[in-house]
Amino acid sequence: MSGVASPSAPAGLMGQFLASPKAMISAAVALLLILSAGFAPLIAPHDPFALGTFNLMDSELPPVWAEGGDPRFLLGTDTQGRDVLSAILYGMRVSLIVGFAAVALSAGIGTLLGLLAGFRGGWLDAVLMRFADVILSFPTILIALLVSGIARGVLPDARQGDYAIYVLILAIAINEWTQYARTVRGQTMVEASLDYVKAARISGLANGRILGRHILPNVLSPVIVIATINLGLAVLAEATLSFLGVGMPVTQPSLGTLIRIGNENLFSGVWWVVVFPAATLVMLVLSVNLFGDWLRDALNPRLG
Amino acid sequence: MKLTNTIFSGALCAALLTSAASAETLRWANVGDILTLDPYAHTESGTSSFLHHIYEPLVRRDAELKFEPALALTWEVIEPTRVRFTLREGVTFHDGAPFTSADVVASVTRLTHPDARARGNLAGVARAEAVDDYTVDLVLNAPDPLLINKLTGVFIMDEEWLVANDATLPGNTTTGVVTYASDHANGTGPFMLESRQPDARTVLTANPDWWDTPIHNLTRIEFLPINSDATRVSALLSGEVDVITPSPLQDTERLEAAEGVTPLQNPSLRTIMFGLNVARDELHGGPNGGTNPLRDVRVREALWRAIDMEAINSRVMRGKARIAGSIIAPPVPGYEAETDVKPDYDVEAAKALLAEAGYPDGFATNLDCTNDRYINDEEICLAIASMWAGIGVDVELTAQTRSNHFPKVDRGETDIYMIGWATLPAMDGFSPLSQMLATREGDYGGNNPNGYSNPRVDEITVMAASEVDNDKRIALIEEAIQIARDEIAYIPLHQQPLSWAARDNVEIIQFPDNYFRAWHYRVN
Amino acid sequence: MLPFLIRRLGQAFLVVLTVGLLSFLMFRFVGDPVVSMSREDATVAEREALRESLGLNDPVPVQFATFIGRAVQGDFGISYRNQRPVSDLIAERLPATLELVFAATVLALAIGIPLGVVTALRPRGALSNIVQGVSLVGVSTPTFVTGIMLILLFAVTLRWLPSFGRGETVDLGWWSTGFLSASGWRAIFLPALTLALFQMTLIMRLVRAEMIEILQSDYIRFARARGLPDRSIHYRLALKNALMPVLTITGMQIGGLIAFAIVTESVFQWPGMGLLFIQAVQFVDVPVMAAYLMFVGLVFVALNAAVDVTYALVDPRLRVRG
Repeated sequence: MSGVASPSAPAGLMGQFLASPKAMISAAVALLLILSAGFAPLIAPHDPFALGTFNLMDSELPPVWAEGGDPRFLLGTDTQGRDVLSAILYGMRVSLIVGFAAVALSAGIGTLLGLLAGFRGGWLDAVLMRFADVILSFPTILIALLVSGIARGVLPDARQGDYAIYVLILAIAINEWTQYARTVRGQTMVEASLDYVKAARISGLANGRILGRHILPNVLSPVIVIATINLGLAVLAEATLSFLGVGMPVTQPSLGTLIRIGNENLFSGVWWVVVFPAATLVMLVLSVNLFGDWLRDALNPRLG
Repeated sequence: MKLTNTIFSGALCAALLTSAASAETLRWANVGDILTLDPYAHTESGTSSFLHHIYEPLVRRDAELKFEPALALTWEVIEPTRVRFTLREGVTFHDGAPFTSADVVASVTRLTHPDARARGNLAGVARAEAVDDYTVDLVLNAPDPLLINKLTGVFIMDEEWLVANDATLPGNTTTGVVTYASDHANGTGPFMLESRQPDARTVLTANPDWWDTPIHNLTRIEFLPINSDATRVSALLSGEVDVITPSPLQDTERLEAAEGVTPLQNPSLRTIMFGLNVARDELHGGPNGGTNPLRDVRVREALWRAIDMEAINSRVMRGKARIAGSIIAPPVPGYEAETDVKPDYDVEAAKALLAEAGYPDGFATNLDCTNDRYINDEEICLAIASMWAGIGVDVELTAQTRSNHFPKVDRGETDIYMIGWATLPAMDGFSPLSQMLATREGDYGGNNPNGYSNPRVDEITVMAASEVDNDKRIALIEEAIQIARDEIAYIPLHQQPLSWAARDNVEIIQFPDNYFRAWHYRVN
Repeated sequence: MLPFLIRRLGQAFLVVLTVGLLSFLMFRFVGDPVVSMSREDATVAEREALRESLGLNDPVPVQFATFIGRAVQGDFGISYRNQRPVSDLIAERLPATLELVFAATVLALAIGIPLGVVTALRPRGALSNIVQGVSLVGVSTPTFVTGIMLILLFAVTLRWLPSFGRGETVDLGWWSTGFLSASGWRAIFLPALTLALFQMTLIMRLVRAEMIEILQSDYIRFARARGLPDRSIHYRLALKNALMPVLTITGMQIGGLIAFAIVTESVFQWPGMGLLFIQAVQFVDVPVMAAYLMFVGLVFVALNAAVDVTYALVDPRLRVRG
């Protein structure tokens, strides 16, 4: 198996992209969702994070097309009288910030450690891989509890809303870097055993140069693929953590928090409080995953 | 061969008949499992409520929650610190052993042991002394007007059974003592333990030899813990269980609409309120010009006036709560209707009060709430934070799990915090007086970590603690509760409802103390 | 081989010890057990006495030494929540969780492999697209939502399956099984399906990817050229070769399933370790949390070590890198 990227890859990739309706549609949907989340403050009709701007007496209004709907609230209001559409846009922004930051952090750390472990081998490899075992033993929820507990301990006067988002990012990243590290390590070991790398080593090229110049580009494609898929997973993990009670505060709800709150109202007939956020989450994760799928097939069909 | 056959089919018929005639099984789904079967090894009211079916106290509460003789027939104060109980004769434990004064002595000894988790339930009792087989004295450290209240929560165990099973010591985490009583039970109550699988199913069967005439017609209770609200409601709707405790308020309409199922709602004793930190010179939530606005009674009133309780009740509580002006509920001794007055909701008046107190532009504060302790606690706080924002108070809301919330409150790290008080198990106004209003010192003020202090209240607490004349004692408590209302020591919100739901063929009474008393229930 | 084995086992032991250290540190931050353990109206002195008796006032190193000293002897102490030995509690819940994980794995394989084969043989077919689409929607929905939806459909609306619990269980020695009663089989279906969804999709994709690759390889072409029937090529050659990595990954994921069962168990009131653990978190039942973590850690380490050792047996070159 040769991991050396062919020079024509970028052009080929674009060509494949334009030839695949699945890739284009999923990329378009993902982009649309990401952009609308990014510009939430500009396009959302209300600011659901501003206390005092919503009224309890507006609570549980149905979507505008249903009987009793109010034109001010396109998708209805939640149990606090907040506009569901605005809450979804702002909530998606929180979820995506968590997702992107967690992925960037875990991919960065994982790639670096994987490179080191695979290239150096020996005790460093053993220590890092066993440490990965340790991390894998901890359910994400516990890591989230630990991180938020430490945050509370270190910053007793800090407000929950100030650190909740970092807690989520860290908790998810700590859990996911191992995946990158393992993949990159394996790939690095393969590359390092190839003749050209051996030759470079013998010729006295600095290790850093070998890693950065020759090995890194060749291990990058699996990293990108894992990252796209993990973005969806990170958003889901955030939702699950909210369900287990260690998510974003109700004053700054993420998509996960919205679904958790909506889930409590599943039987009460206020279906729009749970259906719209859940549908948005599914759409987001699905489009990112489909795109990731396509990317994986395009870049390297061998990756499981 | 023929004979065997006849006997066999006869037995089968009999079995079928019995099961048809007495299929009165009550399948009860509760939010959590009981912690243990050992009545002295826990302090959780849900577990007490369940164990009351197996074990019984000397004095129990009747359908109106008044005292009623159970294992003791009469009691009499023979010295200020010695109370004599005459016991009921002819009572047997589930294993057939007779109930006598030795059992009371063994039970009191076991409960007052330093390692018993629940020893606080009988604080102030030094020991029990048997006078004869059916007479027993409780010796107190000091006169105690609430002794009978305490005894309603003290379940009597069988001495012989404890000795035979090496369970005379209570189970304890620290000492490592594990007791037989934590997964076996032998009481005198209306139901007997048949089997127990933690977190799955605990089965009780009716005690045919119960000393009391049963009102209930149950032959069997299946206790099924279901933690998830949605799953619990589903199980009721699908007919897998007969009653659920609690039932989420927001599902009330759906349950009303469903066939064969009725939501049950009644006021409870638990008053939900906000505590206020007046101990500190500045709030955690902001410098506010080097002042603590909460120290000014006008600010406290402004905060109270800015809360639209009607809106919260109709929207968040589905109209099922009882809006409160006092920190105790009507059925609790010490309650007075004159004290129970909430100032009218009035945003302009609230703003004026803030301006008068020197905060025309409001101030900044933290608000700390639970999110898993009281009914819709998180939603209530979010709504109030939004209302306070409307009078210029900049609120930073933290809603977290109880195991983080209460220690934070106790360390004085909160500004305004949520707390609920049901006065249980004593069901008496002395409980909030001694715990929430008295200055924190010695045995008093355990739940008053944030500096509320009034010399007259402290004086009253000491007097009421040993006042055996009940009328005088109640008058003292009423006075203290009135002071707390005038000074707005706490901002009361409401008494939260009891919210259960049951199938239509089940007859159930809800008690304001949130106890499940299946010996009053029937299945038709 | 022997030195490799010893080294690998030594590492595994260190991993478990580190899990112990981390879980211990964690408890300092999860919350304060004293609140859950004392009466609502406990006095300050009562609470302080409880804190002292639990050793919470001791310096942290002392607490850790006590904890490790006991844990090494297999003694995880006594639960704060119900004062029963933690080892009993874990042993009681273990069968429920393992049966759930087992059922979920079987379900995932039984559905995932055929779907993977179908989508590999006709990668552009309509069925293939539908299957892949549905499976993606399945994994894009949070488990707690899927679980409730399944309950609403199969328990409340159709009334085919129970919404909670394990049904009747039969005790075989210390092991209580739900597989010997009809109600047990009915009860396990929904939670196992919920837990299996993610796994199922993973297996389906793996089988598909492996199959597609193998079908393009030289020896399959050679087999085709020799005129072997399609059936034989697809199932005897391609599928057989595709299954090895699938089974390895499925095996390694079992640890993850145990950890992930927390959510499924709390939605379906499945009386397993996940439910025990989530309640321990709410109560701050430190000894139970510690034991649970050490157990999950042990499972992970054992599975990883087993995979490494198997690979080393198969491919001696890997021994050097260990």
